[in-house]
Amino acid sequence: MLIIGSGPIVIGQAAEFDYAGTQACLAMREEGVTSVLVNSNPATIMTEEGIADIVYIEPLTVEALARVIERERPDGLLPTLGGQTGLNLAVDLAEAGVLERYGVRLLGTPLESIRLAEDRESFRGLLREIGEPTPDSVIVESWGEAERALLEIGLPAVIRPAYTLGGTGGGVAHTPQEYERIVRSGLAASPIGQVLVERSLLGWKEIEYEVMRDGADTCITVCNMENLDPMGVHTGDSIVVAPSQTLSDQEYQMLRSSSLRIIRALGIEGGCNVQLALAPRPDVVAWEGAAGARDRREAPPYHVIEVNPRVSRSSALASKVTGYPIARVAAKIAIGRRLDEIENSVTGRTTAAFEPALDYCVVKIPRWPFDKFPAGDRSLGTQMKATGEVMAADRTFESALQKALRSLEISGRSLLWEHPSWKRSLGQGGDEPPLEATDDRLWALLAHLRRDVGPDELSRRTGIDPWFTERLARIVAMERRLLAEELTPALLLAAKRMGFPDTVIAELADRLPEQVRGLREEWGILPVYKMVDTCAAEFDARTPYFYSCYEQENEAPPLERERMLVIGSGPIRIGQGIEFDYCSVQAARALRQAGFAAILANSNPETVSTDFDTSDRLYFEPLDGESVRDLLANEAGEAGEAPPSIVQFGGQTAVNMAPVLKRAALPVAGSSPEAIDIAEDRRRFEALVSELSIPQPPGVAVERLEEALPTAEAIGYPVLVRPSYVLGGRAMEVVQNAAELSRYFAAAREEGSGPILIDRYIEGMEVEVDAICDGERVLIPGIMEHVERAGVHSGDSMAVYPPQHVSREQQDAVVDYTTRMALALGVRGLMNVQYVIAPEAEPDGPGVFVIEVNPRSSRTVPFISKVTGVPMVDLAVGVMLGRTLAEQGYGGGLWPPPPLVAVKAPVFSMSKLGGVDTFLGPEMKSTGEVMGVDLSFEAAVRKALIASGLDLHPGTPVLLSLADRTKAEAVPLIRALHEAGCPLYATPGTADLVGALGIPVSRVSKLTDDGRRVREPVEGQPTVADVIADARVRAVVNTLEGKSTTHIRDGFYIRRQATEQRIPCFTSLDTAGAAIRALARPGSYEIRPLPEYRDGVAVAAAGGAE
Amino acid sequence: MTAGPVPGAPRGAARLVLADGRVFEGEAIGAPGRATGEVVFTTSMTGYQESLTDPSYGGQVLVMTYPLQGNYGVNAVDSESGRIQVRGFVVRELTDLPSHWRSHGTLDGYLRAHGVPGIAGIDTRALTRHLRTRGVLMGTVTSDESAEQALARLRLTPDYAAGDYVATVSTREPYAFTGERDHAGGGPHIVVVDLGVKRNIMRILAGRGCRVTAVPYSASASEIRRLEPDGVVLSPGPGDPMLLDGVVEATRRLVGSCPMLGICLGHQVLGRVFGARTYKLPFGHRGANHPVLDLPSGRVWITSQNHGFAVDAAGLAAEMRVEQKHLNDGTVEGLVHEELPIFTIQYHSEASPGPHDTEFFFDRFLASVSGGGALAAVGERAGGA
Repeated sequence: MLIIGSGPIVIGQAAEFDYAGTQACLAMREEGVTSVLVNSNPATIMTEEGIADIVYIEPLTVEALARVIERERPDGLLPTLGGQTGLNLAVDLAEAGVLERYGVRLLGTPLESIRLAEDRESFRGLLREIGEPTPDSVIVESWGEAERALLEIGLPAVIRPAYTLGGTGGGVAHTPQEYERIVRSGLAASPIGQVLVERSLLGWKEIEYEVMRDGADTCITVCNMENLDPMGVHTGDSIVVAPSQTLSDQEYQMLRSSSLRIIRALGIEGGCNVQLALAPRPDVVAWEGAAGARDRREAPPYHVIEVNPRVSRSSALASKVTGYPIARVAAKIAIGRRLDEIENSVTGRTTAAFEPALDYCVVKIPRWPFDKFPAGDRSLGTQMKATGEVMAADRTFESALQKALRSLEISGRSLLWEHPSWKRSLGQGGDEPPLEATDDRLWALLAHLRRDVGPDELSRRTGIDPWFTERLARIVAMERRLLAEELTPALLLAAKRMGFPDTVIAELADRLPEQVRGLREEWGILPVYKMVDTCAAEFDARTPYFYSCYEQENEAPPLERERMLVIGSGPIRIGQGIEFDYCSVQAARALRQAGFAAILANSNPETVSTDFDTSDRLYFEPLDGESVRDLLANEAGEAGEAPPSIVQFGGQTAVNMAPVLKRAALPVAGSSPEAIDIAEDRRRFEALVSELSIPQPPGVAVERLEEALPTAEAIGYPVLVRPSYVLGGRAMEVVQNAAELSRYFAAAREEGSGPILIDRYIEGMEVEVDAICDGERVLIPGIMEHVERAGVHSGDSMAVYPPQHVSREQQDAVVDYTTRMALALGVRGLMNVQYVIAPEAEPDGPGVFVIEVNPRSSRTVPFISKVTGVPMVDLAVGVMLGRTLAEQGYGGGLWPPPPLVAVKAPVFSMSKLGGVDTFLGPEMKSTGEVMGVDLSFEAAVRKALIASGLDLHPGTPVLLSLADRTKAEAVPLIRALHEAGCPLYATPGTADLVGALGIPVSRVSKLTDDGRRVREPVEGQPTVADVIADARVRAVVNTLEGKSTTHIRDGFYIRRQATEQRIPCFTSLDTAGAAIRALARPGSYEIRPLPEYRDGVAVAAAGGAE
Repeated sequence: MTAGPVPGAPRGAARLVLADGRVFEGEAIGAPGRATGEVVFTTSMTGYQESLTDPSYGGQVLVMTYPLQGNYGVNAVDSESGRIQVRGFVVRELTDLPSHWRSHGTLDGYLRAHGVPGIAGIDTRALTRHLRTRGVLMGTVTSDESAEQALARLRLTPDYAAGDYVATVSTREPYAFTGERDHAGGGPHIVVVDLGVKRNIMRILAGRGCRVTAVPYSASASEIRRLEPDGVVLSPGPGDPMLLDGVVEATRRLVGSCPMLGICLGHQVLGRVFGARTYKLPFGHRGANHPVLDLPSGRVWITSQNHGFAVDAAGLAAEMRVEQKHLNDGTVEGLVHEELPIFTIQYHSEASPGPHDTEFFFDRFLASVSGGGALAAVGERAGGA
């Protein structure tokens, strides 16, 4: 059975498909079916050994898939588990005749149904046929058609591009100008150049149902979900509650029946997601007998909005909401099982043919990337912008909402957060808290309620059902009680039952959080843990899946076996992605293999780590000090001891728990909190490195700008600036001059960062290692070389393994420094180190400088584990359990590289995020990654480029707009492009350069005079905007000089335009160079299962383990 | 409607005392006073008004396992009978601030207006787990006596099983169901034996063009025959079917005279008519998510259920075939007569609350009723009441 993964994590397609694919592979294994998995994303659990039987990490293209099919000859293809990517690819394979040629059956959803559900015209036809209402809409394929459609539909109108992810390129248009802009962007976004213009149902309730159907035509709904944000905001960007809260049984069943009719009509065998809009009352539209409707049985009108004929983000959420494993069941149905033949593994005594009953309320809140992109367009509409999400369950809506809010892990954003401008009065430059849909709206609603704006008025202005605004008002009422009343046991219990965290209670009741905790302990106000059992306690269940609440009965007595807690990584966000879920899941598996009980804590519903059978006990909880300590106290029981916590695998979220645990005298497994602190406190770290005589860029920590300016002057610009403590806060930046340094300081001060470190910026090659240390030996599975020079965030760099341009001497230095630092720090487990190599900066040495150490697993752990075959997480867990590397069959030093080359390339979601500049810099911007692996460097790079959408073809027209300082360096690239037959376009300065090389170039005018004023159009000369918009150029190379705002403006426009046209845009000459070299040397690439590339190594590893 | 307390105001204390001595402390909701009955739970997440007014809950104290109740208030159209039928109501949280376009008032006010006491704020999941493990048992909601006093009182209260609840919920006089609106009528005449009928059964029949007459549970076979029914429906209702000898006897005499449909208690009565005995389930089936396997087709339907007794297939006459079974515990869910048009279902095809998946069962019944075939087809197309 062939399973197609969803590729890199992008906005709209995240970890949920790793979860779905992993479940599907495991389900195949249970059924005795061999699974062949193809995915380009190495950071996934599904691509790990022991999940699928045969794993290909190859680009998700028709060509690559066809070669896999030719080689593996699968009987069937399961297209519905790899998101839209997998589904589209399956359709492409069918249309290319590949499936027919090799006799591969498409399972689950018939091809015809995929087309029906995805093609809006035929889908509407089907809905009409079965009598399901759908909003008036017109399909258009050109701007001319769109103009006519507008007359029919009117404004506001929703524009939905066909076949795109997460609503990419769509939106709601309120004005004719908006209409034209969105339609054009939508036409460009749609791979078939088609958009749907639809009547807007703004303000209607948005409800989703997750539906399953088997081959015997048994249909069930797994759950329904209600969006707190009414229609108009993408469901992925909506706060969602499950089950629905404001629907009567009549409405609930009406929409449920509609969903079942749709899955039947589509003939899906598996899972499907139906999105519906329900009028908040019958009289929102012309309605027969509306006046008397209140006392009659008519229900309000509804419309079917969208159907996903596959497993989706919502189905991952629904699985975690209910405990019903949708992907697992869908996979089993696809190979012919009936729902009543599939065991409900949660109860162990019932089957998958039932509908889960919830006895708790679940709230999901999206995690948006605007803490990274404050300048981005924060408005929410039909185009999804969130990178991840959090979920919390509790016995009331208020407490579930508050726990979800804590789970977001946005520093400084508690329940009580208000934007500084809201606190100022309107006359003094203040703003009214904005009620339009943005990532701030929840806080804005609370702010209004605090200012005595009534919930009814807020509902009227936002369309949010009054039930929700009333609940928010109850939260604010409790805030007032906490402010005004004496903190009694009754009041504290009432606040805890409403989900107030100790920190907020402390702030309101004028205590320290630790004092509130003390009172809770004294008064016996402690959470209990309830089970998510799919059946509302009707049956005795065996699941280990728990949430906290303030109730009487605890259902989670301490586990009696030896156990450890793995702290997960929370919501997917830029800089902390699925890699850390991979590590958490591997850690749980390693613990279980070692005979320990694995306890997992996480707040992310999309992930494998929160699957009910990943651990022996799952706490679905916020990952903050309060919740982690509470659940550890629960595990400690009456007089027992809390299990040790593993903080190395859950990214910065988990590492941040180390000092909290230390203060609470709770045990930490592996590296001690002290060792972690030395690595994270850059001043302490610098002292240690100096002591070890390991070179590092000269730098100084300063507190004030007055110190900073002379310091930077002395070091010499450009300098690298960053806060002295990592804590996931402000990123580092390369600063070119005093003005930029002042700006950085001002921003950092506003955020309350501590001292700032100013280092000399060494422009050199960046290399990175992950290492495992047992206290005696240090194993370095691999050195990765970055394609982009230092200054580009390591997460946004292309990384090559093994290194291609690092000398033996330099590699030896990397190994030596890493080993000595790990031993000196006392690392037990994983560590990641980043170096810059600049021989000219250290003429009498190897020229290797250490820039950063992370005392935890890094985002490259899955990549390196997979390409080297060294099970890094298992080894690190082994070390924490007290086994040395030698006892685990491994020695120290650098692991011998296998005969392969692997390239990891970042993938961005910039087309989803309006207003965000796309250039590569020290702040990470990518959301996901792909891997190209092959026998040669060229082939590996080519695959990585193909998989990340950056590959160039001979003859691709390219626009060049280069900063002066990069022009000399660009000359060979320009020549190479010309030789590959690429027509060149260039802005005036660059065009002069190209012309001087004797290469023909089309001159394109800039939009502004260095950002100062808009230029007059030059007669007969197109602008950069024209050539990108009309597709004359299909790739852009644009480098920028410093960060001075004047230069940025034109470049910004070029980059955004390129992003919106979805064409490759290179802002680093290093990346462009890699792509152009790959273009210049065309060649073939291999398609093989991953272990075959490693072959030699696999044997060596087995030998070493003897 | 009686004015409730000020929204958000603290409520008085109340406790739920179970016959085995377990006590849950909470706050009083609904009417003042005590409520005593068999404590049962339903896992249905919506439809509290329908459940409260379902006569099958007669004599029982109802626990909602979904914690948030009253969200969409109460209205004029969601009642399944003329009054609240449960003795007492137990919830985790009752909202004072409902939101729904159709709402006329709060659930608390509704309980108050109907004189039904209740309790909120308790750990309903702990209670449900207790009932699941221990089996349903008698209990009392009280606010003016100690737990010991309540327990002593409870011990003197007759057990639920002894109560003849059908007599208290059935209509006293026959009546023609006109429903909420005029129906085409002119279709077959269906007599519904009211053992505790839910309005939606009659709505569905009337909505398919039937003329519907409800008769008391005590109606004799000859009284029913005199109405010249084209079909007879034995309705759901509360209590132990082994107590209903009179209804069983009357039904026996009707067998063969016209098509018959038995729903829930009506199914159990028909089971007894054909020789089966009935028995009490440990904690019953109550909820909107019960999977029923249709043996001939291999399909599973999700059904709405509310019953504490079940038919034992062992004594069943050979001509009655078990056609449907509960997927979880294998209990009998549907019978069909080998020759005569007699159908029974243990679940509630009329839903309300619950899924509408098996509403077609009414069409199947009507198809066997003379002159009903065409109507059934109409009903199927219309897809609902």
